[in-house]
Amino acid sequence: MRTYWTLTRRELGAYFLSLTGYIIIAAALFLMGYSFVVILDKLQHGRTSIPVTELFYNTEFFWLILLPTTPLITMRLFAQEKFSGTFETLMTTPVKDLEVVLAKFTAALMFYTVMWLPLVGCMLVVRHYANDASILDAGVVGSTFLGVLLLGATFVALGCFASSLTRNQAVAAMISLVLGMSLFLLAFLADRFADGANWQAQVLACFTLFDQMHDFARGVVDTRAVVLYTSLSLFFLFLTLRVVESRRWK
Amino acid sequence: MNDGLMIEVANLTKRYAGHTAVSNISFTVGHGEIVGLLGPNGAGKSTTMRILACYLPATAGTVRVAGLDVFRRSDEVRRRIGYMPENNPLHLDLRVREYLMFRARLKGLNSENSRRRVETVMEQCGLTEVSRRIIGQLSKGYRQRVGLADALVHEPELIILDEPTIGLDPNQIRSVRQLIKGLASAHTVLISTHILPEAEMTCNRMVIMYEGKILAAGTPENLQRLMSHNSQIIAEIAAPPDELRECWTQMREIDQFDVSPCQGEYFRCALTPHDGLDLRAQVYELARKHGWGLRELTRSRHSLEDIYVQVTRPEEEEEEEEEEEEEEEA
Repeated sequence: MRTYWTLTRRELGAYFLSLTGYIIIAAALFLMGYSFVVILDKLQHGRTSIPVTELFYNTEFFWLILLPTTPLITMRLFAQEKFSGTFETLMTTPVKDLEVVLAKFTAALMFYTVMWLPLVGCMLVVRHYANDASILDAGVVGSTFLGVLLLGATFVALGCFASSLTRNQAVAAMISLVLGMSLFLLAFLADRFADGANWQAQVLACFTLFDQMHDFARGVVDTRAVVLYTSLSLFFLFLTLRVVESRRWK
Repeated sequence: MNDGLMIEVANLTKRYAGHTAVSNISFTVGHGEIVGLLGPNGAGKSTTMRILACYLPATAGTVRVAGLDVFRRSDEVRRRIGYMPENNPLHLDLRVREYLMFRARLKGLNSENSRRRVETVMEQCGLTEVSRRIIGQLSKGYRQRVGLADALVHEPELIILDEPTIGLDPNQIRSVRQLIKGLASAHTVLISTHILPEAEMTCNRMVIMYEGKILAAGTPENLQRLMSHNSQIIAEIAAPPDELRECWTQMREIDQFDVSPCQGEYFRCALTPHDGLDLRAQVYELARKHGWGLRELTRSRHSLEDIYVQVTRPEEEEEEEEEEEEEEEA
């Protein structure tokens, strides 16, 4: 447990010791602010009964932030250490493979959460100027952040897996971007089958990330989505662990 | 069970896809020894060390450290080993003290012990004045010392250093060597190098590897003795050549001799003594007795360099060289 925290601290610190972390946060912040302006502009053209959070997730900005930033956050996790050789010094200390994988995942997820924090600020601005405290319901904000976190966990775990496959950060980023995009686009494939009641449609319907996030933003916590994201995260972490262990199989 | 042995390697083989890096080698290292793994690049030194450090699994054979199998009881083995890989990879974004603290914690020391040990090793490796500098901004010599400090921080029984002096300037090399020598009393050290004088200076014992096999092993003196049957004694003596020849024929210890004229009245005698004996005293005594002038008396020994070149040079290369020489002569 102690090694786990030591490693997590180191991994999280690494984001803030290099420029990458700041650039990612700056880019995310810019996109968040930009989408916020777009939402405010919409609100000026008339009243709406839709929660602010839902408005935000109905814009494509959420996905524009999530899809490219998670590969950028996760690409360095294993690839950089393998490239610079520090993976060797790491794995020759008495650490367990599981601790390494979990610590890297935790640090990346923490960084991802930090990246989304400015969103709270945007919401507070809306509340301040709307002169209406009820405009932001704690439950809705909570479920929105739960959704952001769960989806993030899935994509970060996927990125961990991609990063463990290679020693080249760019390749790691591309693999996780392609896998992430494919997962995301399943939602649109599911749309094509919307009427069909066959099993393919039912399976695909489980992967409509787009709609599920929409639910979270409306304050609906759907257990199916929670289970899906948790199990996908665990699945990718398991794969990562196997890749890290595979060094010992050869 | 471990008979006081720190490292036991038995019939170790490591195959990568397509080629064999290490083939069926066996050697042992006792407690407190400094042993050098010597060989040209690509001889399998790093692979052997990586297996010892539990980073790679062996294809066949057994490797034990302090009596523990490196594959089955990897955790316990890793606790006992301080390993510095080739090229000494470090986290360049951390400060020296931060890095060493991080490493100490990873190696299972609690925070108080970490602090204490980090201070000790920084002093030991001469890092105290750069403790707050960022590793990426340090010179190569300092980085190497950080790597060494990291290998030492948890007081391991066995220290494995893969080419610890590569890329350093002569002064830095000297200080790193000094450091390694200083470790001998408390730790067992295994270092690899392709520079022979380094091994000669720092190690009690050397294992010469080439193409995944062990070619020779032993103390530097033993390896030298092994080759010394070729040693010669050169003496330049001012005396009638016939008398000289007479004397050499009478000395039973001399297998072969050659007398050739030199400048002035001096003659150069090249003597090949039996069994590599050192005959310099006798030669001097002889010259004194006859009242001959003696202006040079040396014993040319095969240095380890020669042994190294002899055992590690590929045969084709030798042949090629010979061919080239022949061509040049023609």
